[in-house]
Amino acid sequence: MPTTAPNALSDVTASDGTLRRFLHGLPGVDAVGLEARAASLGTRSIKTTAKAYAIDLAISMVDLTTLEGADTPGKVRALGAKAVRPDPTDRTTPSTAAVCVYPDMVATAKEAVAGSDVKVASVATAFPAGRAPIAVKLADVREAVAAGADEIDMVIDRGAFLAGHYKKVYDEITAVKEACGTNARLKVIFETGELSTYDNIRRASWLGMLAGADFIKTSTGKVAVNATPANTLLMLEAVRDFRAQTGVQVGVKPAGGIRTSKDAIKFLVLVNETVGEDWLDNHWFRFGASSLLNDLLMQRQKLATGRYSGPDYVTVD
Amino acid sequence: MSDARLSVLKTYKLYVGGKFPRSESGRVYEVTDSKNNWLANAPLASRKDARDAVVAARKAFGGWSGATAYNRGQILYRIAEMLEGRRGQYVREVADAEGLSKSKAADQVDAAIDRWVWYAGWTDKIAQVVGGGNPVAGPFFNLSSPEPTGVVAVLAPQASSFLGLVSVVAPVIATGNTAVVVASERSPLPALSLGEVLATSDLPGGVVNILSGRTAEIAAPLAAHQDVNAIDLAGADEALAKELEIAAADNLKRVLRPQPVDNWSATPGTERMTAFLETKTVWHPTGSLGASGSAY
Amino acid sequence: MASAFEYAPAPESRSIVDIAPSYGLFINGEFTEAADGKVFKTVSPSTEEVLSEVAEAGEADVDRAVQAARKAFEKWSALPGSERAKYLFRIARIIQERSRELAVLETLDNGKPIRETRDADLPLVAAHFFYYAGWADKLDHAGYGANPRPLGVAGQVIPWNFPLLMLAWKIAPALATGNTVVLKPAETTPLSALFFADICRQAGLPKGVVNILTGDGRAGAALIAHPDVDKVAFTGSTAVGKQIARTVAGTRKKVTLELGGKGANIVFDDAPVDQAVEGIVNGIFFNQGQVCCAGSRLLVQESIHDELLDSLKRRLGTLRLGDPLDKNTDIGAINSAEQLARITALADRGEAEGAERWSPACELPQNGFWFAPTLFTKVTQAHTVARDEIFGPVLSVLTFRTPDEAVAKANNTPYGLSAGIWTEKGSRILAVANKLRAGVIWSNTFNKFDPTSPFGGYKESGFGREGGRHGLEAYLDV
Repeated sequence: MPTTAPNALSDVTASDGTLRRFLHGLPGVDAVGLEARAASLGTRSIKTTAKAYAIDLAISMVDLTTLEGADTPGKVRALGAKAVRPDPTDRTTPSTAAVCVYPDMVATAKEAVAGSDVKVASVATAFPAGRAPIAVKLADVREAVAAGADEIDMVIDRGAFLAGHYKKVYDEITAVKEACGTNARLKVIFETGELSTYDNIRRASWLGMLAGADFIKTSTGKVAVNATPANTLLMLEAVRDFRAQTGVQVGVKPAGGIRTSKDAIKFLVLVNETVGEDWLDNHWFRFGASSLLNDLLMQRQKLATGRYSGPDYVTVD
Repeated sequence: MSDARLSVLKTYKLYVGGKFPRSESGRVYEVTDSKNNWLANAPLASRKDARDAVVAARKAFGGWSGATAYNRGQILYRIAEMLEGRRGQYVREVADAEGLSKSKAADQVDAAIDRWVWYAGWTDKIAQVVGGGNPVAGPFFNLSSPEPTGVVAVLAPQASSFLGLVSVVAPVIATGNTAVVVASERSPLPALSLGEVLATSDLPGGVVNILSGRTAEIAAPLAAHQDVNAIDLAGADEALAKELEIAAADNLKRVLRPQPVDNWSATPGTERMTAFLETKTVWHPTGSLGASGSAY
Repeated sequence: MASAFEYAPAPESRSIVDIAPSYGLFINGEFTEAADGKVFKTVSPSTEEVLSEVAEAGEADVDRAVQAARKAFEKWSALPGSERAKYLFRIARIIQERSRELAVLETLDNGKPIRETRDADLPLVAAHFFYYAGWADKLDHAGYGANPRPLGVAGQVIPWNFPLLMLAWKIAPALATGNTVVLKPAETTPLSALFFADICRQAGLPKGVVNILTGDGRAGAALIAHPDVDKVAFTGSTAVGKQIARTVAGTRKKVTLELGGKGANIVFDDAPVDQAVEGIVNGIFFNQGQVCCAGSRLLVQESIHDELLDSLKRRLGTLRLGDPLDKNTDIGAINSAEQLARITALADRGEAEGAERWSPACELPQNGFWFAPTLFTKVTQAHTVARDEIFGPVLSVLTFRTPDEAVAKANNTPYGLSAGIWTEKGSRILAVANKLRAGVIWSNTFNKFDPTSPFGGYKESGFGREGGRHGLEAYLDV
């Protein structure tokens, strides 16, 4: 059964016009104020027990990602093994939330994480540009789901969004959601760097949630500007407000550019102080990242042993 | 004898809210020339006249301060035009009031007319000279602009009945303040006549209100008035100035203390304008065009 | 909001600052005891721990300090501006070098969070000295005519809410223009000014150019009344400001007063709501609301009142109150028992007059002076909490229907220091800003300060401006 917009808001999704009136009626975003708030939360000092908690939580929230033309089954298997057991020297280290691969690697990834709780996420819909006929995009999604993907990371049609064809974007998301079926959760990627303005990011967030997104996700990692504290804070405000208005909780996934534990902890502070503990769980918050994991592991070792670790003491995936 | 026509004397009145009332007190006092010859009876303004004048000035403040600087300049220039047309009358009044020769009095009147022209030109320039953008260290556009303080009580200089008067009134209103003026106690007639020119120069009623009478008596309620924002003590002696400054502290009026002026003809600076200006600074976020500004 | 993500304590180390058990007055380059030997204690407001004992200046000390400043004036004012500039640049640099130490010290003596002293007070202090240092040899170009002259000896009295920043606002322009100063810090926060005296020593500032007198209001009154003081600068309450205006009446003393406020923070229905909420919080809870330009009256358009209040209350639930030295603390201690009593009394009065009081769940420490962030709703213009300056973390919420009404209510106060405007409509910002009778207006932001930006009030919030080119005028004979 296709997910539709919550009843209270069903009338806004009827056409480009109604969507436009609704989305452009959302409160504006003052860029300076938003960035100042994000920066201010970035000065929180997370130490000792709080840091240990945050590092484990962050590890458990990683969507360990490889999205290269050069991906091979061997590479994907290594990634899967690492996701399941990030630190072979310390079995108390939590697994990551998921591995994230292209659709043709889903089956391999599935095998690699078999027997664990690690999910397999697959980018689809002609990732990263999304410039393909809708039939191709949907086929892409169905293939991935059929191969066992637990989660689908779709990209929206930024061209349509920027041209004001909100209904087209909406319809595409609902169609993909339908293609996901009942088992696969849908993450909707906006490519915030291409939407460019904070007002657009807020509108895209609501458009995605109205269309049935389970997660809203900043970016593909393939453009110059990806996840930032400010755009993630803004999306957290959107999911907070959406739940207040509809009762539906939606997850958030910043992706791309988050490379250090310090950065990851800043994002967790944003979560903690914007939406609170309901989102402090990998069912509702993820990091799309690859190199971040090793830095988290080194920091974890430092906390455990009291000495600084080095790259030779974590695995190269 | 028969060839001397009996002249028609003028009844001098106050100028309040654009109208020419007699003093509410019903009282007048005798004004004489330097040789003690009777010139006229001037209204002896009371506390209530002062109160009415403040009400009129407050009422006029919104419109006058909100008028464009260009418009205020036009009106101040119009005052100069009107004075030029009645130059003879003012020369006569100033000569009588201050005991000056006709030519000395004419110098005073000419300088007074030119003073209006000087301030007419200032109305749309003062903001550029004393205001401006501030290069703050952050993503903000920050602009400081001068704004009129509000209702200003002006004690006109005692000795210079016309040039001195114009020199203290024009800078107050040029920037958008409104004024309650206490004329020279001994020589109020040129000031009262100025009201007639102001009334016919498109100056909105209430922008300038002119009272005559005992300076100390009228000034006391003005200095203590909670709806007066500032006071120019030019016409007060040392003892009165101190007393009024103390009274003015009750609502923190801006006080311009009396300063010795040898020669009112000298080119004024901007000080008499800036004394009755507030600086308002407004901050606006600028931010970046896109959402890519934030990085860490 | 309760959370699984509890931040562990992250206290800034206080070992960086070495507070002596006692301090003298700083007169003519030396620390000396008060003539009558009197002393008083200064405590940490968050713990009531005694930090030090400082000399209490009396009239004889005031006279001594003014004489020292007078004697120093001749040489200091005759120095080339470029030389005065270099002294000020030195001071600015030393403040930057010692900023962590000074931040900790200020937090200890004042009670405000280290996050603020570290990220706001100290950077602004250094910036202020840098800014005015550059003016010292450029006064000919400041718009006050050629070769503008200093006034002489400046008597300066500052408050306890931003002890070192207010010192910077007073001393930097005074020295740049060639005046010498006698400064009295507030009774409850004397320490950072005394550390500043040490910075003057390190900078090699000539003796007597800066003199610091610790003491209470009597010392301040004596300083202001001293016949050999040419310039009076005061930041503090409107009541004291009026008294000062009376004291200097009939003298040649030039005066600037930076006094109280009851700033309106106006939120229109098209505001950027999330940023407005941050601005409201910053407007009234920055420095526990002990800020003259605080946005202590929230004027919210009636159509979004409920929605905005929900957001605001949710946000207040995340404020972290506690140890000011903890880097994660948002709300520190109230500066003194006296101030706490005043805030408490006014808040009680708000309740008694029928306004609805609300605070987030918030545990107050046992020792020290604390007041929970507090909102009053159902407030009208007639309520005391809408008219009196509370100078504490107490926000009064009022509503309006139209822009005209917002302006009328915002201006309906004897004060005129600050105001805020929140709307996404540019022309409305300009129209409303134009009509507000206040010296500093923040549109879509609040409580921003910069040394280049003049600051000061309309009406009973005082007169004169501090900061920027405008700030020079107060210290020049023009």
